[in-house]
Amino acid sequence: MDPLQFFTASRLLVVAGKGGVGKTTVTAALARAAADLGLRVLVLGVDGKETLSLLLGGTGPLGDVEVTCATGLGPDGCGEIRARLVRAGHALSQYLDDHGLRRLTGRLLRHGVLDIVATAAPGIDDLLVLGRIKQLETSGVADLLLLDAPAAGHAVTFLQSARGLLDAVTAGPVRTQAEEVSALLSDPARCQVVLVTLPEETPVNEVIDTAYALEDRVGIALGPVVVNGLYPELGHLERLTTGADPEVLDPDVLAAARFRLERTAIQRQQLARLAEALPLPQLPLPLVFTAAIGPEEIAELAGRLRDGIAAVATA
Amino acid sequence: MSSGTLSAADGSPGFADLVEHRSIVVCCGSGGVGKTTTAAAVALMAAERGRRAVVVTIDPAKRLADALGLRGGLSNELRRIEGPWPGELWATMLDTKATFDALVRRHAGDPGQAERILGNRFYQNISGALSGTQEYMAAEKLYELHTECGFDLVVVDTPPTRDALEFLDAPARLTRFLDHRLYRVLTTPTRLYLKAMNVAAQAFLRTASRVVGGEVIGDAIAFFQAFDGMEAGFRTRAAHVIELLRAPETAYVLVTSPRRDAIDEAEFFANELRATGRSVAALVVNRVHPRFGTGTAADADASADGATGPVVAGWRNLAELRRVAEREAAQLAGLRAGIGSAPTTQVPLLAADVHDLEGLRVVARELAAPAG
Repeated sequence: MDPLQFFTASRLLVVAGKGGVGKTTVTAALARAAADLGLRVLVLGVDGKETLSLLLGGTGPLGDVEVTCATGLGPDGCGEIRARLVRAGHALSQYLDDHGLRRLTGRLLRHGVLDIVATAAPGIDDLLVLGRIKQLETSGVADLLLLDAPAAGHAVTFLQSARGLLDAVTAGPVRTQAEEVSALLSDPARCQVVLVTLPEETPVNEVIDTAYALEDRVGIALGPVVVNGLYPELGHLERLTTGADPEVLDPDVLAAARFRLERTAIQRQQLARLAEALPLPQLPLPLVFTAAIGPEEIAELAGRLRDGIAAVATA
Repeated sequence: MSSGTLSAADGSPGFADLVEHRSIVVCCGSGGVGKTTTAAAVALMAAERGRRAVVVTIDPAKRLADALGLRGGLSNELRRIEGPWPGELWATMLDTKATFDALVRRHAGDPGQAERILGNRFYQNISGALSGTQEYMAAEKLYELHTECGFDLVVVDTPPTRDALEFLDAPARLTRFLDHRLYRVLTTPTRLYLKAMNVAAQAFLRTASRVVGGEVIGDAIAFFQAFDGMEAGFRTRAAHVIELLRAPETAYVLVTSPRRDAIDEAEFFANELRATGRSVAALVVNRVHPRFGTGTAADADASADGATGPVVAGWRNLAELRRVAEREAAQLAGLRAGIGSAPTTQVPLLAADVHDLEGLRVVARELAAPAG
């Protein structure tokens, strides 16, 4: 599939995965992959994680105000990466402002009413965040919105909030908001999910569960699964360890080769299991062997993602 | 430091000591770092040392049942796991709603009040899906197992880091919630002496209704009215739970993997614990890459440069794996510096996930090994 076609197929890409699978790294790499094609990308975080902005080339943690992390990317230099947070409190003020209720904003927030309201109608804080994202999606502020969804099992709860509130609230602005967000999430031409996992047993089990939960409970379109942290296969290692006399090798070289072969065998097994359980294209990303991961490594991973997308057969 | 029973900076035998002497172990860390397995291994270690131990998971996934090799899964009933140890090993899964229901029944003035609350839609919302409730109920369950079920050690795994803080904060949050002005406002219709406040209350409710719709607010009012008179009991109980979570017999074990994002979360958590006057009793690092030999990645690269044939790939592989191990060590150094004298245990990357007691014993042995 043509990478540009992939990144422009829907304006909102939601990156979802359990903790510890490198979701933030993958979000940054996806942003870079799209910006390198000349797209204007806006990355949306839901918490103030510092790593995300650092990986994008920015400084300090993300805030409620948009920051530009990288510009002049892509063939014609139009590609850019901007980033910001979308948080419930801030989204509520914005919502009330937009609905001519500005006077209430300060009072509501000051008294912690959001907490109470969120308790009265669970999911409303998530809906406020999604509502704000929907607004950004329709306003055309960027060619691509990349949402670094909450980690752990919260991604499903988070995305499910709109549907849940449709059942609970029968009229009023919350109902309207829930309908609009639901329409966005269930329209594959506007939104799809990129799942992230590792080639290991538990992460593979979890991504399968998450995929089915998202499809059944949110009705969101599933894009490819990014399999992060793969050991690249080294062809010569097999011969080294099974050669006539492996004992002439340096013992560290031999032990390291055996370890690598064991890990690659495990990952082959897990990738096959994943392919069997989830009929979604897989985008492989290698384990990064450098001392630290920064914008340079992200650019490299972005290239791998584009290669992976290009290798996916078009349906 | 939270307790004198832990050894000082020399590390060992810190971890085993903690398993033998504390009565609550809270395992915290981000998702995907092996928290549930670590919690199960800690309980197993205690049983092997003759204690009566229980491990509670609040993760609805089947991970604890998996780690313990339980085929039929786990429910909120206590389940005993038989084995060749002098102590006892029990396991249970937190059922948030059942725990909350039990708490309501315990504090209700009469069965009618309990039924009114249990049948209310707002209550069903908070007792089922609301984030924060789960954490509070986990704390409540822990308190119950500790004070009423006669366990020597209760081990609990928490949801991912940022929520784990909610876990610590949850009982206090409930108290704050009950103290909230809006709660007072909502319950005023039954407090005639506060009738004067009703004008302000109505304005407040109108505002909230415009945002979420009238019926949601109606449910909330009905809930608070039904709840009236029970808050004192809830508050006292919450105070006891908070006290237990702060007591020196409660140990916080930080679980992480050597990945950057997991370490960031662990550092965040260690800071939060410090900020609330607690400390990390031990650090467990799971899924650590092995170190091959004593040389550096650069040494292996130099050997690769000087070699020919297939062995070049062997040296390059050694260099790559050493580089990963070096990166992990460097990232962990910062975290370790931040947790003072707490012992650190590194559990190597295992070939397969833990699916039975035998696998769990391997982890337990790694945990009991002298600090690395």
